[in-house]
Amino acid sequence: MATQTAAASRSTPRPRPRLPVAATAAVVVGVLGLLGVLLQAFEKGLGTEGNVPTFLLITLNGLTLAGLYFISASGLTLIFGLLRVTNLAHGALFLLGGYVALELVQDAGMSWWLAAVLAMGASGLVGLVVHQLFLRWNQGQDLRQALITIAVSLILADQMLAHFGATPTAIAPPEWLAQPLSLGVYDLAYPRFRIAMLVAALVVGLLFWLVYTRTRVGMVVRAGVDDTQMTSALGVNVQLVFAAAFFVGSALAGLGGVFAGTALSLAPGQDQAFLVSALVVVIVGGMGSLGGAALGALLLGLVDQYAGAYLPAEYSNLSALLTFVLLAVILAVRPTGLFGKAR
Amino acid sequence: MTMDRMLTLGTRGALAVVLVVVALMPVLCTTFFTSQVGLTSLWLGLVAVSLTFLSGYGGMVSLAQTALFGVAGLIAARLSVESGWDPWAAALAGILAATAVGLLFGAVASGSQGIYFLIITLAFAQVTYFYFAAVPTFGAHEGINGVRPPAVLGDPVQDPARMYWFLLVVSVLAFLGLRHVSRTAFGLALQGVRDDPVRMAALGYNVRLHRTLGFTLAAPVAGAAGVLSAWSNTRMSAGSISLAIAILVLTTAVIGGLNRLEGAWVGALIYTLCDTYLRGWTDRFTTWLGVVFLVIVLVSPGGVVGLLGSATSWLHSRLRGGAPPPAAPSTPAPPVPVSSGGAR
Repeated sequence: MATQTAAASRSTPRPRPRLPVAATAAVVVGVLGLLGVLLQAFEKGLGTEGNVPTFLLITLNGLTLAGLYFISASGLTLIFGLLRVTNLAHGALFLLGGYVALELVQDAGMSWWLAAVLAMGASGLVGLVVHQLFLRWNQGQDLRQALITIAVSLILADQMLAHFGATPTAIAPPEWLAQPLSLGVYDLAYPRFRIAMLVAALVVGLLFWLVYTRTRVGMVVRAGVDDTQMTSALGVNVQLVFAAAFFVGSALAGLGGVFAGTALSLAPGQDQAFLVSALVVVIVGGMGSLGGAALGALLLGLVDQYAGAYLPAEYSNLSALLTFVLLAVILAVRPTGLFGKAR
Repeated sequence: MTMDRMLTLGTRGALAVVLVVVALMPVLCTTFFTSQVGLTSLWLGLVAVSLTFLSGYGGMVSLAQTALFGVAGLIAARLSVESGWDPWAAALAGILAATAVGLLFGAVASGSQGIYFLIITLAFAQVTYFYFAAVPTFGAHEGINGVRPPAVLGDPVQDPARMYWFLLVVSVLAFLGLRHVSRTAFGLALQGVRDDPVRMAALGYNVRLHRTLGFTLAAPVAGAAGVLSAWSNTRMSAGSISLAIAILVLTTAVIGGLNRLEGAWVGALIYTLCDTYLRGWTDRFTTWLGVVFLVIVLVSPGGVVGLLGSATSWLHSRLRGGAPPPAAPSTPAPPVPVSSGGAR
C-alpha cells in the first residue's frame, strides 16, 4: 500500500496550476526592466562622457558577484540534490571559511592560496561532522533536518562572534591579484581579484560538469540523485557518497566565504545574508540543478547591481526587495524553481 | 475507568491551577517581572501559536508569521501615532490588513510544500522586512515610537497589570478559537491535507484552498500579537520583524512543541525567562539557545510539551500497575517535521 501511493505520487505530476499569464507577465516585466537599464546606459551615446563606462563597471560587478553566489550556491545545491537536506547552516559554514582564512593569512602569515585550501577543509570538516552526528539518522525528514541546521547555524554564528569579534574585516588578496587590471576601454580598470572570482566560479562549474558527466563518481552521484535505494541495492556505498557530498558542499561554502572575505568583508550577519542569497539562487534555478544555480546566480547578481544603480532615485532603497519579489514570483509560478524536478 | 476519569479531572484541575497562577501573576510578582517576562511571553506566545497552528494542523512551517505580525503592528502604530486614530480602531485596521496580506501570502505559497514552503515564506518575511525598513512612512529603520495603548489598559511599564490581563484573555481566546477550528470539518480536512495531499485531492478536496484558508486564519492571530507587542513595548520598528526574529519565533515554537497549541506559550515563557535572567551570567546566550533548540529537535520533536506528555503517560502506566500505557492522551499527532518528499 505504502509503495503504491509512493509510486503514484512519483509518476503523477503534482497538480500544478498552469499560469501562463503570470509567467508571461514576469518575462515582460523582466524584459522591460532590462530595456530600461539599457536605455539609461546608452542614452548619451557611446562616448567617454556618456553612461557606458559606468554601465560596464556595474555589469562587471554583477557578473563577479554572480560568480561568488554561484560558488557558495553550488555547494548548497549539491547537498540538496543528493541528500535532500536543505542545509540552512550553509551561511555559517561560509562565514567560518572566511574567518579561518583570515586568521591564517593575517596571524599565521600564510599564503592566500594555502589559507583558502585549509579554510575549505575546515568548513568541509565541520559540515561533515554536523552531517554524521545529527543529520544522518534523520534522513528523509527534511523539515526536521532544516530545523537542526538552523540550530547549528545559531550556535556557529554566536561562537564566531565570540572568537572573531564584530568588527568587519577583509582578507588581504594574493599579491599579484591585488592590483587593478586595465580593461583597455574607456581607460577603465577593474580589481583583478574580482575577475579571479569570476574565473574561479567558471572553474568550479566546469569541474562539476566534468565530474558529473565524465567520471564514475559523477555517474554514482547522478544515480544517487535519481534513486538512492536502487543505487544502494546495486552495491554502491551510498552513505560514503553522501558524506563526501556533504564535505564537498560545505567546503564550497567555505571557499565562497574566502572569496567574499577578500572581495568584500567579513562580519557577523554576513552568514544570514549569504545564506539567503544562496537560497534565492538555488531556489530560482530549482534545487539540485547545477545549471539552474548558474542561471539563478547570474539573475541575482545582475538584478542586484542594476536595481541598485538604475532604479529611479525615490525607489532605489527598495532594490533589496526586488530580489525576494523575484523569488516569490518564480516560486508562485513554478513551485519547484525553474529547472527543479517535481517530487 | 474511574482511574481514567480521575486522571482527566486531575489534568483539568492542574490546568485550572496553572491558569489561576498565571492570572494572579501581576498580584504575586514584581512590576518588572510582569512587564518584562509576562507581557513579552504572552505576545511572543501569540505569534508563535499562529506558527504552531499552521505547522501542527496544516503541515506548513512558515517563517512569514513575523511579517504579518509586523504588518499589523506597524500599521496600527502608524495610524494611532501619526494619524491620531483611536488605538482600538487602529488595531482593528492593522489586524485586517495583516489578514488581507495573509490571504495573499497564503494563496501564493499554497502551491509549495515542505522546504519550498519554508523558503517562499522566508522570501515573504524578507520582502516585508525590507519594505518596512525602506519606507519613510513607517519610520524606516527608526520605527515608530511613543505608541499609546488604549487608556483602559493603563501604562504597560508603570502599571502592567491590566495590560497583562488583557493579553491573557486574548491568548486564551486565540487558543480556544484555534482549537475549535481544528475540530471543525475544515480543521479535519486541513489535517488530512497535512498528512496526504495527494489522497485528499483524489477525494475531491481543494488542497490549495484549504492551505490558503488555513494560512489566512492564522494571520489575524499573528497580527493581534503584533499590535499587542507594539502596545506593550510602546514602539515597533522594522528591526522587530528581521530574519533573526522570524527564526526566534520558530525556535520558540519548536522548543515549546509544534504538535500542541499550548506549546507556543510554554516555549515563549521559557525563552523570555532565559532572555531576561540568563543573559546576566553568560555572554553566549545565543549559543545556549541554539543548543537547547538542537537538543529539543533531536530528542523530542514534540518539544517541552511533548516531553511533559510522555512523562504523564509514563505516570499513567505506573499508576495502573504496569498496564500498557493508555492510547495517546489526545490527537495522536504525527512527528511534526513531515517529509515533503512523500515519494521517497
